[in-house]
Amino acid sequence: MEGFGKYVMFLSSLFVRRESFKTYFDLTIEESYQIGVKSIYLVALVSCFIGAVTTIQTAYNLVTPLVPKSVISNVVREMTLLELAPTIMAVIYAGKVGSSMASGIGSMRITEQIDALEVMGINSSSYLVLPKIVASLLMYPMLVIVAGVCALFGGYLAGTLTGVVTPTDYITGIRLNFNDGVILFAMIKAFVFAFLIASISSYKGFFTSGGALEVGIASTEAVTTSVIAVLLSDYFLAQFLAPILLGV
Amino acid sequence: MITIENISKTFGDKTILNGISGTFEKGKTNLIIGASGTGKSVLLKCIVGLVTPDTGTVYYDSRNFTEADKEVKTEVRREIGMLFQGGALFDSKNVEENILFPLDILTTMPVSEKLDRVNFCLKRVGLENVNKKMPSEISGGMKKRVGIARAIVNNPNYLFCDEPNSGLDPQTSILIDELIQEITHEFNTTTVVVTHDMNSVMGIGEKIMFLYKGDKLWEGSSKNIMHSGVKQLDDFVFTNKVMKSLKEG
Repeated sequence: MEGFGKYVMFLSSLFVRRESFKTYFDLTIEESYQIGVKSIYLVALVSCFIGAVTTIQTAYNLVTPLVPKSVISNVVREMTLLELAPTIMAVIYAGKVGSSMASGIGSMRITEQIDALEVMGINSSSYLVLPKIVASLLMYPMLVIVAGVCALFGGYLAGTLTGVVTPTDYITGIRLNFNDGVILFAMIKAFVFAFLIASISSYKGFFTSGGALEVGIASTEAVTTSVIAVLLSDYFLAQFLAPILLGV
Repeated sequence: MITIENISKTFGDKTILNGISGTFEKGKTNLIIGASGTGKSVLLKCIVGLVTPDTGTVYYDSRNFTEADKEVKTEVRREIGMLFQGGALFDSKNVEENILFPLDILTTMPVSEKLDRVNFCLKRVGLENVNKKMPSEISGGMKKRVGIARAIVNNPNYLFCDEPNSGLDPQTSILIDELIQEITHEFNTTTVVVTHDMNSVMGIGEKIMFLYKGDKLWEGSSKNIMHSGVKQLDDFVFTNKVMKSLKEG
């Protein structure tokens, strides 16, 4: 509870003694590039393979000829858009971006760069962390969209090239009984996960003390805590939002 | 002038500072000296507000810094320049951007004026044509010089240096010390230097405060440090053979 209280205090400190809008704007653009653009390759690659594997696995489990082949892509769509794109990508995002945030801020702490900011009269937490959180909120939903599209495309390639499903069946399955609430639900998840990963990782880095070893520990803790927070929030979001958005 | 009154700080059950009082004068290099672990850096951090003292008050020219609200503290901090032990240069910025940083954040100067100021400060610390180098590409001594340039770029009223010559060779150490003293006189700053280097003590110590296990045991200048009559200070000052032979000779 003490740690949670400290985390809440840390978050509230982001909104006091702020610098000019231009300063934050420039930092947010820079962070967006680091967080978003530099993650596209990894996200696209992983999600393509997730889509491909899901297609192949589903096809091999459909042993009865009574079930139409379009069900394969229907299953792929439901799995990727609602769960694999936002949640599995969040785990990868925590590993790549979260650990980088924690180690970057942690290194600044142990080399007195954060003290230097404070001595200049700058609110170091706000200056360093707020742009990261805003950039994360902007970029992660876009990465989720990229992941969803790439997963469906990966599934299409794997399914059609191996012959387990025809292009027509795949497209039919993708469009079959589509509930657009899924997109809204995925985006809500993306915003929540983006906030949790960026804020928890920054928090872990900001309160690092010691040396290089502690920076490594903070980075590991950032990933572990972020992933746990993502999975817990995923459960609660499913519990409370699924009946509203998906009508189940 | 900076005045500290009854500064105490405890970490856990260990007392680091025990009721330290004193003044640091304007236009002079004020030294806080003592062996490692005596609380010098903690005292410096209490003065600049990076550590909150358990008791005591810090005054910046009669402005109560310890009990001031965040806005007043920010105002005072914007009059402070600080050189950190490792330089604390921002890794992601080159030399020019590091020195520009306080100007970018704290002033509304035109870009050309800012760049002129940066080049003036770099020239003042004896560095030229290093503007585009990254901190990882320059030596320890150069990092300290860039740190000093960044500290003075905003014309500070108060200059703090935490062990400015740690990790430097004796020749570079003396150059850095002389630079700090010249800047102090030139810009009439209240300069506080934390050090345990005897060359610094004897070279630039216009006002010296000696700490021993969290207590202030002596205050004076480099002129009378040899005859303080304080055993702990004598043990600290006359550790090396050169100083011993000076005393005996």
